[in-house]
Amino acid sequence: MSLEVILQGLVSGLLMGFVYALIAAGLSLIFGLMEIVNFAHGEFLMLAMFATFWAWALAKLDPLASLPITVGLLFLLGFAVYHGLIRWILGAPMLAQIFATFGLAIFLRAAAQALWGVDFKLVKNPLVDGRLAVGGLFIGLPQLAASAGALAAFGFLYWFITRTETGLALQATAQDRQAASLMGIDTQRMFALGWGIGAACVGAAGALLAMFFYIFPDVGATFALLAYVTVALGGFGNVPATLAAGVIVGIVEVLAGLLIAPAFKYAVVFALYLVVVLWRPQGLFGRF
Amino acid sequence: MPRGLRWAGAAIALALLIAFPLVITKPFPRHVMITIFLYAMLAQAWNLLAGYCGQISLGHAVFFGTGAYTSTLLLKHLGVTPWGGMLAGVVLAVLLSQCIGYPVFRLRGHYFAIATIAVGEIIGTLMINWDWAGGARGLFVPIKRPDSWLNFQFHESKQNYYYIALALLVLALWITLRVERSRLGYYLRAIREDQDAAASLGIPVAAYKQRAMALSAGLTALGGAFYAQYILFIDPESVFPTALSILICLVAVLGGVGTLWGPLVGAAIMIPLGEWTRISFGGSGKAVDLLVYGALIMVVSVVQPGGIMALARRGRRRTG
Amino acid sequence: MSRPPHHLPPHPALSPSGGEGILLDVRGVTKRFGGLVANNDISFQVGAGELVGVIGPNGAGKSTLFDLLTGFQTADAGEVLLDGHPIARLRPDQISRLGVARTFQKLKPFTQMTALENVMVGAFQKTTDPARARREALEALERVGLADKAQAHARVLSTGQRKRLEMARALATQPRLLLMDEVTGGVDLRSIPGLVALVRELNAGGMALVVIEHNMGVIMDISRRIVALHLGEVIADGPPATVGRDARVVEAYLGQAYVG
Repeated sequence: MSLEVILQGLVSGLLMGFVYALIAAGLSLIFGLMEIVNFAHGEFLMLAMFATFWAWALAKLDPLASLPITVGLLFLLGFAVYHGLIRWILGAPMLAQIFATFGLAIFLRAAAQALWGVDFKLVKNPLVDGRLAVGGLFIGLPQLAASAGALAAFGFLYWFITRTETGLALQATAQDRQAASLMGIDTQRMFALGWGIGAACVGAAGALLAMFFYIFPDVGATFALLAYVTVALGGFGNVPATLAAGVIVGIVEVLAGLLIAPAFKYAVVFALYLVVVLWRPQGLFGRF
Repeated sequence: MPRGLRWAGAAIALALLIAFPLVITKPFPRHVMITIFLYAMLAQAWNLLAGYCGQISLGHAVFFGTGAYTSTLLLKHLGVTPWGGMLAGVVLAVLLSQCIGYPVFRLRGHYFAIATIAVGEIIGTLMINWDWAGGARGLFVPIKRPDSWLNFQFHESKQNYYYIALALLVLALWITLRVERSRLGYYLRAIREDQDAAASLGIPVAAYKQRAMALSAGLTALGGAFYAQYILFIDPESVFPTALSILICLVAVLGGVGTLWGPLVGAAIMIPLGEWTRISFGGSGKAVDLLVYGALIMVVSVVQPGGIMALARRGRRRTG
Repeated sequence: MSRPPHHLPPHPALSPSGGEGILLDVRGVTKRFGGLVANNDISFQVGAGELVGVIGPNGAGKSTLFDLLTGFQTADAGEVLLDGHPIARLRPDQISRLGVARTFQKLKPFTQMTALENVMVGAFQKTTDPARARREALEALERVGLADKAQAHARVLSTGQRKRLEMARALATQPRLLLMDEVTGGVDLRSIPGLVALVRELNAGGMALVVIEHNMGVIMDISRRIVALHLGEVIADGPPATVGRDARVVEAYLGQAYVG
């Protein structure tokens, strides 16, 4: 195992890590607002990837071109899911909350399978293609673009929640719902907005991933698990921390694949989750 | 409904179920019933931990797989009768559950649920890569002829499998009933409602969670061992996946968690529903039944998290 | 109405006048949360059968103290002795089984269970037989005046009833020492005298009690001794009349109107 291979792996892991961070950011935002884990988050991602695919297959739109559309569509989906489902289980026991989004996940996955079949689909000849050679390392351009896009989206999200009035209102609602509503912030609107933004993050991630990743109904499952681990590592509710956590997950995944065995890379990530939450239940940087 | 009447009703239902295979001799209906019994029993086992004790495990398939693989491997390599293998599977599953529970029960709420998924995935991955145990290809249970109870294999008809599955279900129901009425049941429910209050009343919370876990895991393993002898082929995909864990939960949630009859009611609805959609919609039937399950669970979660049993109770109270 | 609890065996240290033994000995207990010192070197004693009131403004560290005494938090320094045995490092369930029961400021009823079932959970500490637990639970409910609500689900009970329920549940564990975090908080005025009488009755029967209470009229009236906390420290410890006149206490909490 040469240094080169390890460096290659580290770069790969870092790049994917930003994408994981973006996916996890949406999850973290939603949890921070209303303490609900969206178990359908992976299916949101899957839908975003399919949306990108169909935009390419039917309208010849490159993933980067259709990205704004996908983000918009997922935003609306998040909004709709909040008003159609989540709103009714806000005060419900945790069992109901877990299974509401779980039911949604199963439903969405089955719908995708029924509509589009189980075959793997792929966007061919995207605008951004090929490899970049840096030193002795090869970096896939789609991966690089996805990573850059994820980082940019993450930065935009961070700017939004810390610098805009709406974003600050979101933070206030997350920290203290009652106080926020006493100050005139419409918590229902904040919740819906949170779901919309959370889904939009996943929408961007999905559009970016679709540049080089296979697309099929079950694709969301693994990403979702990695997202849960990322959020738990960063601390549920702590959006900025998910960036560091995402990178850690990305790197651990790749290193585990290289140093142990490719078949075990996810197992190692999950083991990492267990170790972290047991040693530091609130995550590396979390508040809960 | 007065207690005496309820038990009379249950006795009649049991008699009908016992008579069923004597009247219906076609294999497919019997298979559906066996599947109902199996899922009801698995859901009941899960119910003990999640419904009564409030610990929502989303990785319960690991115990099912442990039961299936233990009895099959013991039969294959040491010629141990599957009944013995079943017991060994239960013991192993209980041990495994205690090992898992020790760290994982320190977590609460969503962290706990996600941890159970993580454990399930880790063990599933290990099984896929464990070549001695069959790896991804799985294991064929050695065929033994002629049919015999000792070998726990019946090829002529499904009738004996039917009775064994029914017996397992009755066992699960009986255990739940005993737990419900005992100190264990009260303690588990107290833990579910408020762990801190429970501790302040002298309940060693971690120890009781482990007890519920052991009971739940053992019962689930029984189901796994039965499955192995019924289907005669097992692989990680069929006995260890997260999808199975979720399905078990769905059955219990639909019927009513934390109730005695909920899992049976849930299975009695979901299994035939799944079979019906599979038949009606041909190839893509698999997706349609999941579509229906997903929708059902969303509706149940929103409208009545207590499941069908809670709906029935509400209806009775209004009219009674 | 005033009769000793018949299931508590007579104990030389348990007598209405307070008796000889020190039941609870709190020595130099300190608890910090980051930079905040919630409890600073707190020491006091509770004699067998004594009723000690704990007062102090919000943030004085009263509930933290209870958490430390019942094992829900671990002290950074100091020791707590129950009948001479150190209990500061024990888990809540272990402390409960040694005879210390508590109620919570934010009530914690088992909402999906009936009142009777709630109390049975407590009763099961002393027996494994469900029938016996049911009998003991019914008795406990009678003592607190909730016998007619035995079959009601806990979630439909009023605040005053929930307080009684929590007391019954704690009593069913047959404690030697009962820590009550707020007797009258959130209870309607009409129900307060009944609750106070109940507390008095328990004490009259020989149970030691430590009661956190904000209602000055109530706590000064029923306590043998008062421990006053302010900013995590004990600022007074003595009979109500003395504490009520203590300059520090007056300044911190009572206000001039209450002196005398």
